[in-house]
Formats: sequence, structure tokens, C-alpha cells
Amino acid sequence: MQALSNIYWLGVKELRSFLRDYVLLGLVFYAFSLAVTAQSQSVSQEVRNASIAIVDEDRSALSRQIASGFLPPYFNKPQYIEERDIDRLMNLGRFTFVIDIPPYFERDVRAGRTPTLQLLVDATAMVQAGLGSGYASQIVNDEIDRFISRSEPVPKLPVNLAIRVAFNPNVTTGWFTSVMGIINNITMLAIILAGAAVVREREHGTMDHLLVMPLTPFEIALAKVWANGLIIAVAAGLSLEFVVQGLLRIPINGSVPLFMLGVCLYLFFATSIGIFLATVARTMPQLGLLYMLVAMPMNILSGSNTPLDSQPAWLRTVMQVSPSTHFVSFAQAILYRGAGFYEVWPRFLAVALIASLFLALAVLRFRRVTEQAT
Amino acid sequence: MTGIATLEPAPRPDPTARPAVARLTHLSHHYKKAVALDGVSLAIPAGIMAGFIGPDGAGKSSLLAVIAGARRIETGEVEVLGGDMRSEAHRSAVCTRIAYMPQGLGKNLYPDLSIRENIEFFGRLFGQSARERDWRIAGLLRSTGLTPFANRPAKKLSGGMRQKLGLCCSLIHDPELLILDEPTTGVDPLSRRHFWELIARMRNWQPGMSVLVATAYMEEAARFDWLVAMNDGQVLATGTPTEIMERTGTGSIEDAFIRLLPERRRAGHKAIQIPPRPPRNGEAVAVARELTRTFGDFTAVDHVSFTIGRGEIFGFVGSNGCGKTTTMKMLTGLLPASAGEAFLFGEPIDAEDINLRRRVGYMSQSFSLYGELTVMQNLDLHARLFHIPREKAARRIAALLDRFDLGAYVDARAESLPLGIRQRLSLAVAVVHEPDMLILDEPTSGVDPIARDRFWEILIELSREQNVTIFVSTHFMNEAARCDRVSLMDAGQVLITGTPAQIVASRGATDLEDAFIRYLKEAEAARGAAPKAAEEAFGAPMQTAGPAAGEEASPIFSFRRLFAYSIREALELRRDPIRLAFAVIGTTFLMLIFGFGITTDVDNLSWRVLDRDNSPESRAFLAELRGSPYFTEKAPLKDAEEQRRALKDGSVNATIEIPPGFGRGLKAGRRPEIGAWVDGAMPFRAATMRDYLTGVYQSYLRDPVLNIAPQEKRRAHVEVRFRYNQSFDSIYAQVPGTMALELALIPAILMALAVVREKELGTITNLYVTPVTRLEFLAGKQLPYIALAFWNFLLMALMAWLVFRVPMKGSFLMLAAGALVFVSATTGYGMFISSFTRTQIAALFGTAILTVLPATQFSGMMVPVSSLRGFPAFMGHIFPMTYFVPICVGTYTKGLGFADLIGRLGWLSLFVPALLLLSLLFLRKQER
Repeated sequence: MQALSNIYWLGVKELRSFLRDYVLLGLVFYAFSLAVTAQSQSVSQEVRNASIAIVDEDRSALSRQIASGFLPPYFNKPQYIEERDIDRLMNLGRFTFVIDIPPYFERDVRAGRTPTLQLLVDATAMVQAGLGSGYASQIVNDEIDRFISRSEPVPKLPVNLAIRVAFNPNVTTGWFTSVMGIINNITMLAIILAGAAVVREREHGTMDHLLVMPLTPFEIALAKVWANGLIIAVAAGLSLEFVVQGLLRIPINGSVPLFMLGVCLYLFFATSIGIFLATVARTMPQLGLLYMLVAMPMNILSGSNTPLDSQPAWLRTVMQVSPSTHFVSFAQAILYRGAGFYEVWPRFLAVALIASLFLALAVLRFRRVTEQAT
Repeated sequence: MTGIATLEPAPRPDPTARPAVARLTHLSHHYKKAVALDGVSLAIPAGIMAGFIGPDGAGKSSLLAVIAGARRIETGEVEVLGGDMRSEAHRSAVCTRIAYMPQGLGKNLYPDLSIRENIEFFGRLFGQSARERDWRIAGLLRSTGLTPFANRPAKKLSGGMRQKLGLCCSLIHDPELLILDEPTTGVDPLSRRHFWELIARMRNWQPGMSVLVATAYMEEAARFDWLVAMNDGQVLATGTPTEIMERTGTGSIEDAFIRLLPERRRAGHKAIQIPPRPPRNGEAVAVARELTRTFGDFTAVDHVSFTIGRGEIFGFVGSNGCGKTTTMKMLTGLLPASAGEAFLFGEPIDAEDINLRRRVGYMSQSFSLYGELTVMQNLDLHARLFHIPREKAARRIAALLDRFDLGAYVDARAESLPLGIRQRLSLAVAVVHEPDMLILDEPTSGVDPIARDRFWEILIELSREQNVTIFVSTHFMNEAARCDRVSLMDAGQVLITGTPAQIVASRGATDLEDAFIRYLKEAEAARGAAPKAAEEAFGAPMQTAGPAAGEEASPIFSFRRLFAYSIREALELRRDPIRLAFAVIGTTFLMLIFGFGITTDVDNLSWRVLDRDNSPESRAFLAELRGSPYFTEKAPLKDAEEQRRALKDGSVNATIEIPPGFGRGLKAGRRPEIGAWVDGAMPFRAATMRDYLTGVYQSYLRDPVLNIAPQEKRRAHVEVRFRYNQSFDSIYAQVPGTMALELALIPAILMALAVVREKELGTITNLYVTPVTRLEFLAGKQLPYIALAFWNFLLMALMAWLVFRVPMKGSFLMLAAGALVFVSATTGYGMFISSFTRTQIAALFGTAILTVLPATQFSGMMVPVSSLRGFPAFMGHIFPMTYFVPICVGTYTKGLGFADLIGRLGWLSLFVPALLLLSLLFLRKQER
């Protein structure tokens, strides 16, 4: 009972301190509003404004029709270039795609000789090159069909393949990056806020003060967990409601309360590791450097940026230990696919277990904090 | 008083008859809303030792910093050494004639550098040649007695030695005006005495030298030639010590100062009366037996024993770092003892014993309350944490507010209170739970004499009326004299314990300070230290003929000054394991993570099928899909419900549904449809899967089972050629991109930290007051980081080759040249960010946020720059990485060489001078 009261009042103190720290307040506000909006504008996972050039050696009605098929927003207006310039311009990265239409192309198509048209792709521009080459081939074929069908009927194919993209029918990058942005920011801020709260107490000498009072390290740590966790949970919830669904009009399929439950569990972990790191670091700059070495890999490898399935198998196994992987996985399941508790509880459990471990480690190291200070 | 009078330079001249070395007219200075200097007008006579006295916050430091040229003049006029200090030309001309030692022991020194390296650094800043430097350093070390310790790092020096080192660094260039801001605060009395002897000798050799000193010790002030008494940013009085005492009719400077204070500040002040301690049968409250604490090979507390009786005021007296704080921390249980034992209330100290803590109140050295909480919130929080019943707590808090005179500040935030009131609040908080024992670690340092007396009144009352045991540490001798008993401490050992009177009598001394000095001398002699040699060395005059000072270094630019910073930065970096580890391990670790982890390859895709037809036609399609290298099949689906759930729980990436009667419909020409669902959670993966499935479908169309006539096939063939990276494996683009990203991020962060560190630690003062220019400062600091970053680049190139097996197709020389220019630009970027950040943590996160976003989004790493529009395109153009990514990817993957990339390199190299120029523009040569 006394322990609960201590945890409560220490947490209240934490909240009061936070509301006075305008820099951190500003950082939290920025991370959950402007940063999320900015991330939703990303087109890094789509083909947008891809630069394309055409070497037209045919100069026919068909070659012009092919050029006219490349339209914004997917492609920039094609530029006509000479064959001898191809290498130079592609080396400089001026064009990601170059279409080379050979001489007599239209004549050969009409004669049914199935001529070959080259599509050169700068394969160092990975996502755009991969998706764009498919689009570009499709556009060329469609334009040829359309051109020919003015004179001949288009043959019907005997079978059709209907591909539907579940949860994000138009494959909009922003649907993904905005929500994943919130998730990455939760990790970032939870570690910084909780870690900074500990380092600040030490730098100001108030940690000594707490440790000579009738309080246990567990109470001090848990107070930081709940107070900082609460701040971020509230900010994340508001961001999901008002920024993602309200402002950006991105639909959320799944249950937001279930997601928030997961967020709380994950925050338990993220604040605990923040406190743990703060017991390792001696100063704020050291905490910052440590944070970069721990949080950056946790975020980048969690599957919130690039697919987990494509990582080497050993790395995938290692990342199963990181709660951020489970967090991203259940967040995607709940928010995009509308999964329920039944589908995600094993991951909830994994996060809770790892979180308890780090809290225990942090508490064990807590007394060391003051010993280092001397 | 100490016996220093015998060493003073012969007859005291009449100071006021001399010309002024500095003349201030209506000088004012503010920090945000607080007034530091309030219209000060003053003429400081030349050639004398002028003292500035007053409590913390009186404006002494600001005044001295303005005279030294370290701080910008806000309003008013300042003339130093015959010129206007507003003029940058005058400042740079006279800075070689001024030496400034800022407040805080060795605040302008570099803790990781040895004594010799520190002095050498200052010698270089003043443009001295190696020969001249060596000669001067030898002389300075000899006269300060530091010669045997020349190679010891500054951080391992005692307060007294650090202060001597500071003096050596100040005197390396024979200044005419020496400005010392509280040079002796927190130093033991013997070292203090040595210090003043040293200064006296210096002045004997160089009679023209003017010395300005600020001090918190009033008894020291009596020995200066001329005094300025300050309070609240105003000058209370000036004159010789005798004049000031005569004018106020007092016998000591401390009393004179109190008399000079405005009436309202003095209200209710009276000399402290200590009622004698009633004799009790001495029950021991705290006992220490042979208490010892070591940190590594350093012994902080060395076999300390004492017994403190109930209701006693027990004092610990000694210099900073002599072990007072460590002993107190062991007594509170904050630190475990290495050896020996300690008891509180008869129980051995146990860090886990919660009940013991309820009986102790603790006040740590620095102000340690929550500054952002109000007075009431602080008191209330502590009452709650001690579980005082609410009603009782309310009464107790009201009583404390009354007794400690805090009523007027109930709703004020603690950080906004003046120091003296904050100390009272700290004490109130420490006694909120009515502890039996108080442990107070230097509770009054920095507090003015009146506030200090009021603090002591409360302590005496607690001890005498409430029988609270008080264990207090201090470095003020007059406070020590108020304790019932004191222990004199030095270098971790207790020299003597007894009542102040006993201690004075035991050595036949005039006062406690004198007695302490005698004990310190005995201790030194017993340790076999070499005080004698040092004293003899005092006799050796400094100014024997030496190498002539080389020709004057150019005030505009000097390589020697630039390299002074490069050499120092490189030494520091080599000795800071954390930053060095981050630079080396950070790069390799993050390279592994990014190289393996960031991949845009889409493979290992899993799918399940719901085949309701199971005809040769449907099986042909599935065979085609199974042949795809990207897809892996999992167990077939049983029904539509399972199909729905499989996508929902994310166990597969795609599901295929073939309707019943597919084969028959196909033959009948009914154009049946295969249904495919792909998981859209990650957009580009979904789009790529769609492409793959379309490809599978295209080849299915050619399957003989469908029997499609040739004329119904495609009319033209689109041949897609992936250039530069035929296998379309993302590692060939990712690894060069990662190299560029890390060379953008890590050198920028380290550089920004390096500059802001100086701001935070105070060593930036050396930029303000020495002849070093901003360009030399920045470029000098940049060089070691460029070298480190280039080394990082080589390390990553090695990893790219050996670990990731990314072949170098183009010119490695081109890449190396590009990397060198690029890291010069990115360190410049960090420098630029550091010029408008104040704290290391802000520099760290500021640099990280301002680098990662443009680096990943706008510089061609994820999205080609040719596809950017508007703001992102603009950001891309002004970020150096945009010009390096083509060089990196170009040489590695596109097989390019110098001829192809020279244009990019040209653009990139423009960033180096541009960023340096911008940083110069924002960096100030004076503090605000």
C-alpha cells in the first residue's frame, strides 16, 4: 500500500517535471504531429515522378503514342535523347528509365514480326527501378495494343487474373509510413524520456536524495515507467485519432483500444530499457550515443521500414528477441488487417516478458548510478 | 590570519594615486530577466592587487569576464589597458597582455591532458615556438613546484595543484593584467597560502603587473591592496581594507561587508550566539570505524574513524575532494564502504534498510530539490514519500514555512529562488519528517554571510532545542569554529578531531585556520611530499634570460594556433574511450545492421491456395507459381474462412483462389478468373508481389495446356535490362548508400559534440580571451575529426569488400577523394549545427534529426533525386550527401572513374568552405 502510494506520488512528480520541460514537450509534440504528417507524404514505396527518357529511332506515330503513355504522377514527361548520350546520362543518374525504340518499329509491329524494344533501368534506384520497370513494360504494351486496335480488334485472353491488394487497395505509401512513423517515435521517445529522467535526476543530485529516503529502487523505476509511458501513450493515441484518421484521412481497419493495450505493454518495455541505458551511461551525451546504437537498429530492423522476411535468417532470429519486432508485427496485424486479441496475444506475452527482464536489470543496476557519480 | 603579511611586496603604495588599468562607466549586464551588473562605474588602479568581494550572484564574475573581454558589453563603457573593449581590434591587440582564470577550479583546463600538455597548448595559442615554450614551461613548473607531476593528467590533480596549473597557463605569456575569478574557493588553507605566496613573488618579479581577484573568503580580502565590495550587481564601497573597516567602524572585512549591505538585507541580523551544549551521557548516534573507500587505485577515504553524540554539531573541514562527501555518502548508505564499518543509532548501515532512512535527513552538496516544482510541491512530495499522515503533514509544513521564513515563496518554483532561500528550503525538506540526525554536505557554499548566519541559527536551534544530531561539512573556517567538535580532513584522512578550542590550543595556533595549516604541514612532512623543495623553488626568479620571443605571430591567421587545437583535440579524443568507441564500433556495427537489415529485396514470400477446381488447367497455374524463385508455398487452404484469417493474422503474404469449374470454363471460352489477394500492409512489397504474380500469369499464358494461338500473344517484346546491377540485388545499392549515410551522420555528430562540449564545460573561454581566431579554432578542431572519419571510411570500404562482398567496379581513388571531401563537408555540417546549440544533448539530437531526414529522404538513397519536386528537391540540393551518393554508387556499382564524376566532386567541394564560413558567422568570439 505504501509502495503504491510512493509510486503514484513519484510519478505525479515526474509528470509535473515533464510539463515544465518545454524542450521535451516540443519534441513529443513534433514527433507525433508534424513528423507523422511529413512521413505520410513519403513516396519512397511507390513509383512517383520517375524520370524517363526515350531514344526514338523510329519517329513513327506508334513511337509518339508510346511516349504519350507516360504520364504524371507515375512518370515525368519523357525527354527525347540521342543514343550516344544514354551512358553519360544514366551514369549521372539523370534518368532512371531509358526506352530505346529501334528503327522500323511500327512497321515490324504491323507486320506481326514482334520486334524488341529495350527498356534500360538504373538498377541502383532499387524500389523505383523494381516497380517502375513493371509499370513501364505494361504502359508500352498497352499503348501498342491501343494503337493497333484502331485497325484490328484486340484478341481476348482466355483467362483472367484478378489481383486485389488487401488493406491498402491503392498501395499508398502514406498509409504505411504514417502509422509506422508513430511506432518508431514511440520507441524513440520512450527511451529518451525515461532515460533522460534518470540522468537528469543524477545530474541534479536528486537521485541521491531519493535513495536516502524510504523508497526502493523498484518504486523509483516503476514511477518513471508509468509516468513517461502515460505521456507517450496519450500522445500516440491522440496522434492516431486526430492526425492519422482525422487530418490525413487514413482509415484504420482494426481495433484502436486493442492497439493501445499493446502500446502500453510495449511502453513498459521501452521505458524500462531507457532506464536501464541511463544506469549504464554517465552523462546525457553518453546516453544519446548509447541510444543511437540501441534504438536505431531496433527501429530499422523491426520491420517498420523494410520487410523482415527479406533479412538473412540469422538476423531474423536475433530480432525475435527485440520487442520492437513483436510490436511492429502486432501493430500491423491490428491496425491494417483488423486482427483481434486471439491472433496477437502470443506477441503481447513476449513483449511483457522481455520488458520485465529489462526492468529487473534496471532496478538491479540502480544503486550503481550514485556510485559512479563520485 | 595566516602569516602571509611577511611575504607581501614591500610598502603599500597609495592605490588611488595610480593610473587606472581598467575604467568602467555605467556598465550593466543582464541574464534573461536577472540583473548581473547594474550601472557599475569604477576605475581600477594599475599595478596593484585589487580584490572583489561579495556573495554568489553579486556580479563579480560578470564584471571580471567583461574586463577580460570574455563577455560582451551590454550597456556602458569599458576601457582596459588604454583602449575601448567594445572594439574587436583593441581586444585582439590586448588579449596577449591579459590573462584570465575563470571561476571553478581549472574550468579552462583540459582534464584529460597532462600538466605539460595543458601549458603547451596555451603556449601555442600565444604563438610561442617550441624552444621558447620549453624554456617558459620549465621555469613555471619549477617555480610552482609542479615539475615532478608534469605528466599527470589534470583530472587527477588535487584542488591546490589544479589551481597552480591554472596559474601556469595564465602566466605563460607574461601578462600585464592577471584576472583571477575565485582562484582559491574550495582549496585547503595550506594550498591557499602557497598560492598567495606564489602570486606575491610573481608581483615582486614583475612589479608592473595588475592583479584582479574575486574571492568568497572575506579573511583573504584583508590582504589585498584595494577592495571592491559588491552586492546585487552594484558596488557597495571601494577602498583599501583599512579604509573600509574604518569607514564602517568594524574590526573585520566580514563585519564591514555586512554593515555595508542595505538596511532591509540586514534586518534581524545579529551575531551568532551558540548556547553551550548541555552535558549529556554521550549516547553515540553515528560511529565510523576505520571507514575506507577506494575508486580503482584511488583511495578517497582512508581509515576514517569518529563518533558523533546525540544533539552534537559535528563538523568535517577540508578542501574539495578530500573525502568529506564520500564519507557522508557511506554514512547514508549511498555508497558501500570498501573496508571498515559504520553504525547509525547502534545499527550497522544497510543500504536496504528503509526504516533507518526514516530517521535521517540528508542535504547533498549541490542544490538537489526539484527546481521545476514549487516550494509547496517539494515539501508536500517529501511529506507524502515519508507517509506522514495528511493532517500532521499540513501542520508540519505550515510550521516549517513559518520557521524557515518561506511563507512568501509557497507558490514560487524552487529554481527561481535566490541561493540562500533555496538552501533554507533544502533544509526544510530534509527535516520534514523530523529526523533524529541530519547529514549536511557543504550546505552553505556560495551563500552570502547573512544568509549563512541565518542558516546556522536554525541549525543551532535544531541541535540545542530539538536535540537533533547534525553532521555538517564545510570549507569555511568560521563555520567550522561554530561546531561542537570538528575533524580536519586532508587527502582522505582525518588529521585531528576535537573541539575547535582544543585544536587551536594543541598546536599553539592563533586560530583554527592556522592550526589546520600546521596540521597539514605535519601531514605533508609525514607523507614525505616535497613542500620544502617547492618552497625553495619559489626563490628562483622566472625572468632569467631565455630565448627571445619569436617574431610576433600574425593576429589574423597562424598555423601554430590552429594546430594547437588540432593536437589538443586529437589527444583528448584518443583518451576518451566512449567517443572513440562510438566512432569506431558505432560505424562498423551500424554498417552491419544497415547493410544486412535495410533491404528492398522482396523474396521469401509465402502463399496458400484454395483450389476448388483441381483440374489440369488450375494445376498448371499453380506449377508456374511454384516455379517462381520468390514464392514459397505453405499448406493449402480448406475454406474461405481460413483464407480470410490467413491474411489477417499475417501468416502468409498472399492467397490464391481458383473457382470451381475453372478448367471447364476455360475450355468453353467463358474467361474464368483466378483470384489473388496480397497483403497490403507494406505498400512496396504489395506492389512488387502484384508484379511477380503478373509475371507468373504471363508465363502461364504461354503454357501449352491453354493452347493459345500465336497471334494472340504480345505484338512487341519489351526487353528490360537492369543496368549496373543485373541480379537486381539491393545489397549493391544499399552498401554504398549506407557508407554515405554513416559518413554523413557520425562525423557530424562527433564534430558538433566537440564544439558544444567546450561551451558546456567552459573551456570555450580560451577562444574568448586568447589570440586564437574563430577560423583557427574551428578548422583546428575539424582536422582530427576529418582524419577519424576518413579512417572510418577505410574501415567501411574494407567491410564492403570482405563482409558484404560488394566489388569495386570503378576507381577506388575517386571514391577515396570523394570521401575525403565529403567528410570535410559533413564535419562542417556538424560544426554549423553546433554554432547554434548550447548543450551537448541538443547538439546530439539536433544533428541526428537534421541529418537523418535529408540523408534518407532527399539525397538519393531511397528515392532518386531526379524524382524529387519542390521542397524535398531543394533540401536535396543543399545537402552534401546528394553529391556523394552518386560518387559512392557510381564507383562501386556503375564502374565509373574520375572523368565521369569530377563534376560531382566539384560541387561537393564547394560545401567545405561554405559550411566553414556559415559556422564562423554564427560562432561568437565573446560570450553574451
